[in-house]
Amino acid sequence: MTRALGWLTVVGLAAGLAAGFGYAPREAVQGNVQRIMYLHVPAVLTAYLAFVLVLLGSIAYLATRRPGWDRLAAAAGEIGVLFTGLTIVSGSIWGKPTWGTWWTWDARLTSTAVLFCVYVGYLLLRSLIEDPEARARYAAVVGILGAVNIPIVHFSVKWWRALHQPSTILGPERSPIDPAIGLALFVNWVAFTLLFAYFLSRRMEIARLEEQT
Amino acid sequence: MSACAKEPSRSAVSAYTKRAWIVLWKDFLIERRAKEHANALLFFCLLLLFLFQFALGPDRERLAAAVPGLLWLGFILAGLLGLGRSFLGERENDCWEGLRLTPGDKSAIYLGKLAGNCVLMTAVEIILVVLFGVFYGVDLWTPAAPLALVLGLGTVGLAAVGTLFAAMTTQVRARELLFPVLLLPVQVPVLLATVSATQALLLGQPLADVAHWLKLLAGADLVYVTIGILTFEFVLEG
Repeated sequence: MTRALGWLTVVGLAAGLAAGFGYAPREAVQGNVQRIMYLHVPAVLTAYLAFVLVLLGSIAYLATRRPGWDRLAAAAGEIGVLFTGLTIVSGSIWGKPTWGTWWTWDARLTSTAVLFCVYVGYLLLRSLIEDPEARARYAAVVGILGAVNIPIVHFSVKWWRALHQPSTILGPERSPIDPAIGLALFVNWVAFTLLFAYFLSRRMEIARLEEQT
Repeated sequence: MSACAKEPSRSAVSAYTKRAWIVLWKDFLIERRAKEHANALLFFCLLLLFLFQFALGPDRERLAAAVPGLLWLGFILAGLLGLGRSFLGERENDCWEGLRLTPGDKSAIYLGKLAGNCVLMTAVEIILVVLFGVFYGVDLWTPAAPLALVLGLGTVGLAAVGTLFAAMTTQVRARELLFPVLLLPVQVPVLLATVSATQALLLGQPLADVAHWLKLLAGADLVYVTIGILTFEFVLEG
């Protein structure tokens, strides 16, 4: 099952690369550098999916106390941090040629960075507690609070930036998306979701085996 | 009939409030007799003021411009020390077991601790605000009432998450490190909202201009306290 999912992911990622580099046209204003979007956007969508799963796994663990839910939350948390990091790095590489800077305290960048820090804290907490039962309980509380906090962070950061400057500086062109670009993005998003599912099932399996020993 | 149905619920509420009050009173008594926290924390505030002064230099203009941020940086730093210790005493003499064995809803203990932490933070804030007013020559008196509202809302938000995480990290090794690492990113909205609102108020803007920040703070407080109430019993299991 997992193996089949792995191969499907490989096919999906290959299709995504082909779509991103071959099928999708060269973007008129930014040129080839825009193609980093096919990594950047699917990565952030996958990260959000992961954090939703952390929330669901955490609630389900506290309700049922079944360790499987904790394994789901833990695995999703790790992968979520990975993909958030990927989002920040790829965005940074994209930002340098387009905006002329690696980092700016724009609303979306800032809230992504905050999200990253919250879930790094979540993983850190997990790594510091040995007792699996206490670890699962504490992590679940942080997992719930972290997810519920996301909208609050979003609005606070948005208003914070609005106070200083209009958000025109970022906002990659809002013009209607070329259908080819949209399709390439969609293929990559599906591939990333498959990759996430593959990582998740592998990581949960490893966690299960670890608990047996 | 309705009176009979009401009676037990009212007594349940009063029992709940009483349990929260007992926790608050117990902590207050310990603090009054041992004077562990308060004195050191107040002195720490004074040192923070020196630190800010040395870091930014004697230029009054620059200090005045930085006051909203420095003020909240001071609260947060003092809060990290004060809140982080709020469950430390419970580790001794099996007090933690005692709390766990307390009958009734465990969230009453959370609310009692939260109230105690709010009182502690308010004391720290009053001291810091007065010190800022005296040493940095900032006029904090004109907008005192709206400022108090912002401080109050921010304090509840900080203390709500701080109390929950303090209970959690008390049992964990590397407690001193883990507590701020967990608390600070979660507190970003509270920090942004309070600093922005404080800045606007110090510039003489009316309270209506910061209404959106106050709403955000109130919403965040509500969310944090609710989560604290709902999840505290899982933390207390130790």
